[in-house]
Amino acid sequence: MDIKSLEDRFEAKIAAGESIEPKDWMPEKYRKTHIRQISQHAHSEIVGMLPEGNWITRAPSLRRKVALLAKVQDEAGHGLYLYSAAETLGISRDEMTEQLLSGKAKYSSIFNYPTLTWADIGAIGWLVDGAAIINQVMLTRTSYGPYARAMVRICKEESFHQRQGYEIMLTLCNGTPEQKALAQDALNRWWWPSLMMFGPRDAESPHTEQSMKWKIKRKTNDELRQQFIDITKPQADILGITIPDPDLKWNEERGHYDFGDIDWDEFWQVVNGNGQCNKDRIAAKQKAWDEGAWVRDAAVAHAEKKEQKKQKLSA
Amino acid sequence: MKDQSLYEYLLMLGDNSMILGHRLSELCGHGPSLETDIALTNISLDLFGQVRSYFQYAAELKGDEATEDSIAFLRFDRDYRNSIIVEQPNTDFAHVIVRQFLFDSYHVPLLEQLMHSEDETIAAIAAKSIKEAKYHLRFSSEWMKRLGDGTEESHQRTQAALNHLYPYLHELYHESPIEKEMKEQGIGADLSVVKDHSLATINEVIAEATLSIPESEPRMVRGKQGIHSEHMGFILSDLQFMQRAYPNMQW
Repeated sequence: MDIKSLEDRFEAKIAAGESIEPKDWMPEKYRKTHIRQISQHAHSEIVGMLPEGNWITRAPSLRRKVALLAKVQDEAGHGLYLYSAAETLGISRDEMTEQLLSGKAKYSSIFNYPTLTWADIGAIGWLVDGAAIINQVMLTRTSYGPYARAMVRICKEESFHQRQGYEIMLTLCNGTPEQKALAQDALNRWWWPSLMMFGPRDAESPHTEQSMKWKIKRKTNDELRQQFIDITKPQADILGITIPDPDLKWNEERGHYDFGDIDWDEFWQVVNGNGQCNKDRIAAKQKAWDEGAWVRDAAVAHAEKKEQKKQKLSA
Repeated sequence: MKDQSLYEYLLMLGDNSMILGHRLSELCGHGPSLETDIALTNISLDLFGQVRSYFQYAAELKGDEATEDSIAFLRFDRDYRNSIIVEQPNTDFAHVIVRQFLFDSYHVPLLEQLMHSEDETIAAIAAKSIKEAKYHLRFSSEWMKRLGDGTEESHQRTQAALNHLYPYLHELYHESPIEKEMKEQGIGADLSVVKDHSLATINEVIAEATLSIPESEPRMVRGKQGIHSEHMGFILSDLQFMQRAYPNMQW
């Protein structure tokens, strides 16, 4: 079959809402786009372990400590199945790790902000996981089968994390004035970066059009961002803390909240490596990778020795 | 308190799990591979689960508004009863594995005895924890063999970790007055039996890992009496930070 008819068949499958599977023919650009997006998503899970891991040893109660440990462990698990989904497209986990460490592959910029207080653990669960879920629920219907299936599982766990984060915020807001101040401060610092998680405005998003056409994405960045704001504002009201945006108000006509301008200069600065923690996050992953080299080598060497012994025995 | 000795025995059991769990939790996100990261976090989670069971029971015995958290976070350093080995730092992955393996070799036979404790709560906690501890021992034993009989570097690092940690092992076997009293009441374990089982496991795994048992004398340490290493203050400053900085609050 020539390329043109393969392409036609592929486009027809997408148009009919069928999923694309690893053995199916796919255009090179579709494959590359998926490797980029899935590995970026996997890296986000892995790098995201660091800011939250920062508070495990200092969690304020045993119950919270156990929940946070389990949450960060879930993220490692998500990383694992996302890397596996990307591997179905012909790239190895080691290659992806190297791309992360060299800076070639990106991860969600939100993790380049520091976690300064315990309330940040609540705010990340509530806002960052909340924003992630909106993206991910959409991705459960994405056209590439392995990615969509990974998302179904991830979404279940993420929505649990989100509720847990909100519950931390609720406890703080129902606590002492010092605790409520921690919650407000965390909201002040995490609100705008959370809105930036949906990516540039549609007009400036280089990948949106093709991604919509291939049903990788089913909603645009701006639509998802609006959805997040509409869901989150009433939740902040219940907490009794204030979203740091004086222009945030209900627009009866649109049936949505209006909101103020996002600082896109900050967004691009962080994307381009100048956020507070970009260097630290990669340095931490680099250190773990370098210090783990002899361990990984030992595991391989031992497995080979065992195999040789087995062969000798059977010879 | 009527059950002062039982209370202190629970602290000993809980503190070992807590401080080791804390050390493992420091590694979360920094492991040599995703799989080991997940496994070590899992062990940490199991240990903290055990801590909660021991301390909830201890809080019940203590009364006066004690909670699992006041026991975990609001004691002074001299009141922690863990052995020194679990405080030892995560110098490298070999130290993490050797520390875990030596502790697991002791933990499994300890729990096997505690399952038959006259104290029903301890017996129930041990019955639940033994499954976890057996899994931990399998994990750490496998890694001992991989590292010991892996590359030259991994062998050297693991032997160095064993040389450092082995002398601390003996404190776990050394019977303190509280442990003696609990044993005599049929509540606590007989550490001489635990020691025999633990050493048998160690000898077997060390041989298979092509490592050797250091000939050094046991280190003179008294963690069970609350005399800890210099590491302990730093562990507690992390562990207790929130409870000290924001006292009397709900989280």
